[in-house]
Amino acid sequence: MFKFIKGNLENIDGVSIYPMVSLMIFFLFFVVLLWWVFTAKKDHIAEVSNIPLEDDTLNTNEPLL
Amino acid sequence: MELQKFYYDNKIVSKFIIATMFWGIIGMSVGLLLAFMFLFPNVTDGISWLSFGRLRPLHTNAVIFAFIGNAIFAGVYYSTQRLLKARMWKDWLSNLNFWGWQAIIVGAAITLPLGYTSSKEYAELEWPFDIAIAIIWVAFGANLIGTMIKRRQRHLYVALWFYLATFVTVAVLHIVNSMAIPVSAFKSYSAYAGVQDALVQWWYGHNAVAFFLTTPFLGLMYYFVPKAANRPVYSYKLSIVHFWSLIFIYIWAGPHHLLYSSLPDWAQNLGVAFSIMLLAPSWGGMINGLLTLRGAWDKVRVDPVLKFMVVAITGYGMATFEGPLLSLKNVNAIAHFSDWIIAHVHVGALAWNGFFTFGMVYWLVPKLFKTKLWSVKLADAHFWVGTLGIIMYALPMYVAGFLQASMWKQFNPDGTLAYGNFLETLVEIIPMYWMRAIGGSLYIIGALIGVVNLIMTARAGQKVTDELAEAAALEKVTSKRTSKEAYHTWLERRPVKLTIFATVAILIGGAVQIIPSLIVDDYIPMISSVKPYTPLELEGRDIYIREGCVGCHSQMVRPFRSEVERYGEYSKAGEFVYDHPFLWGSKRTGPDLLRVGKKYTDSWHLNHFYDPQSTSAGSIMPSYKWLIAAELDKSDTEAKMKAMITLGVPYTQKEVNRAQQWMDEQGTEIEKNLYSDPDFKRTYEADKLRAKQKGEPFLEMRNREVVAMIAYLQRLGTDIKVKNAASTAVSNN
Repeated sequence: MFKFIKGNLENIDGVSIYPMVSLMIFFLFFVVLLWWVFTAKKDHIAEVSNIPLEDDTLNTNEPLL
Repeated sequence: MELQKFYYDNKIVSKFIIATMFWGIIGMSVGLLLAFMFLFPNVTDGISWLSFGRLRPLHTNAVIFAFIGNAIFAGVYYSTQRLLKARMWKDWLSNLNFWGWQAIIVGAAITLPLGYTSSKEYAELEWPFDIAIAIIWVAFGANLIGTMIKRRQRHLYVALWFYLATFVTVAVLHIVNSMAIPVSAFKSYSAYAGVQDALVQWWYGHNAVAFFLTTPFLGLMYYFVPKAANRPVYSYKLSIVHFWSLIFIYIWAGPHHLLYSSLPDWAQNLGVAFSIMLLAPSWGGMINGLLTLRGAWDKVRVDPVLKFMVVAITGYGMATFEGPLLSLKNVNAIAHFSDWIIAHVHVGALAWNGFFTFGMVYWLVPKLFKTKLWSVKLADAHFWVGTLGIIMYALPMYVAGFLQASMWKQFNPDGTLAYGNFLETLVEIIPMYWMRAIGGSLYIIGALIGVVNLIMTARAGQKVTDELAEAAALEKVTSKRTSKEAYHTWLERRPVKLTIFATVAILIGGAVQIIPSLIVDDYIPMISSVKPYTPLELEGRDIYIREGCVGCHSQMVRPFRSEVERYGEYSKAGEFVYDHPFLWGSKRTGPDLLRVGKKYTDSWHLNHFYDPQSTSAGSIMPSYKWLIAAELDKSDTEAKMKAMITLGVPYTQKEVNRAQQWMDEQGTEIEKNLYSDPDFKRTYEADKLRAKQKGEPFLEMRNREVVAMIAYLQRLGTDIKVKNAASTAVSNN
């Protein structure tokens, strides 16, 4: 099933830069993640983290009007 | 903004809770029966569908997919509605999810004891079930995403990301690992062979732990711990880092299940490196869960819900510290194949999954039935008995694993093995098996106390009804980022994009590890002397699979002096190229069987199957008398060979045509060998005579299942035992 892409993979010029590319992907993934987390707004974080504690139930078992 | 009224679906939650507790007791009881089989191996003597090999997958599947699976659905259906301020998208999808899942479990509970198994761990169910699982899983996912689309809460809380990642990843894992060619209604062959099959299976197996036993429960933790402690999660920022790094890293770690096996070294080392990195997000999550209780620790003293959750999260922390430790090659060399792994998985299952489920259910049931917990004291009793049970289970298994592994590796000064007979190492750990059975009993007693308490709570409460709620409809905002909106904040309100990104994150790891094994020709160095199995051996192999032999016997000799000395030449990747599926195993309750071929006579094997304790004193293998009596079903042999041809096994058409004759010849040869045992000759001839006198049909030995089994066992590992070593072109990976 993968036969048709096999040749292409092996014949890529400079296939040796792939390890470097993958390291960069890995590194940037975490840089971006941490960058977002440290720059996130405090009030937004507070708002989102309180979502589970919001209670919107009406505590009645009567049917809708 | 106008407030909208709507109902939360509570009935579906209560249905899943009932299923959770029901299957929990069943799954644990099967486990307890298995624990007692270590002590009384012949307790179900002669009953094929109650034999250890067939019940082991029933235990693992029942606990993972029935007990824990239903708990996941209960928690997800409860929390998703409230986090999104919306009823589940479609009631019929919720019900399809529920009834479809229960039907699959019932099907598993019937077919696994009957021996219908693919033999791939935690994916044992045969292909019709695989298709059903895929359909029901998609129904669950569609319902989840549909609810997100009609939500009344702008931002998706972190628990929901974990649910999404669970849905997507389990779907990918299940489909890729279940690829198989069906031969009949309940028999199929894995599309992959040997090393590739092992790699795909443990990519699946490891990530079944990651994305079925971990990510959904982390999502539940991020919802139910704040609820129970009545305070927000310790650090929402940490939860974001936790989520993305966990799903990104977890998917790479599968090969740590195959250290020192015939898997290429680069893949093994990649698995090790990522497993060690995994410690960071795992402990980040654990710390986040525990610190949510900051300032509320006094509540832990009195609230059974929090007690269960604290032990659960602590168990998660211990298991995820141990995981990276076990991935170190030097530690793995000791722990792998031993009871250490059994201890490890039970800390995860009993503490993390089990206790979290109990805590969640103790919190949910009073809510759903609008009452208070019937007895806090009883819940406390459950907690303490269960905790003691976990300790009594895990500690002896650690000792047993370490002790036995050390004995396997012990040498005399003259270079021979100190414990050359495998059974010497087994006898030593029987006391630990006793303690384990007691620990398991305690845990089940705790669970039963819990069931009583929950039933009484439900009876004291009101009928479960759908719960009325009120929330503002979601205001339309542009799909673009609004001004001052940060990127991830925007992403948090785009469920589909979030799903896609999560999918990309989990696909990278799998693709890097698996695709090379499928597309690179010289990934597995071929060995010219390795040939496909004969038809009789193939049938024998299928019986080996049916009986679940792989649950106790590995077929993987690791390249250690102690293993080469005990079992013979270490395994080569090229030896497994025709093994659909691979049968390397993950536990050695009995010895490795890769090099068992020609080690014993055919008569020895027959006697051993009839009464293992007669040939091997102290053995805890059950007898397999039904193999000796049953007729070998040869009706599918040609179809099996053709399926193998489709998968690339080089049988010729001529070989397929003469399959029946070939089986007869090889069976006759084995029958002849059996005659060398005078006892066999006497009893067999007597049986034959008796049948003749009574005019009953007599089943010749060559047509019985045991002969196929012997043929397979005598072939195992012999292909590379050729005289001219140079002809086995073996190269290092």
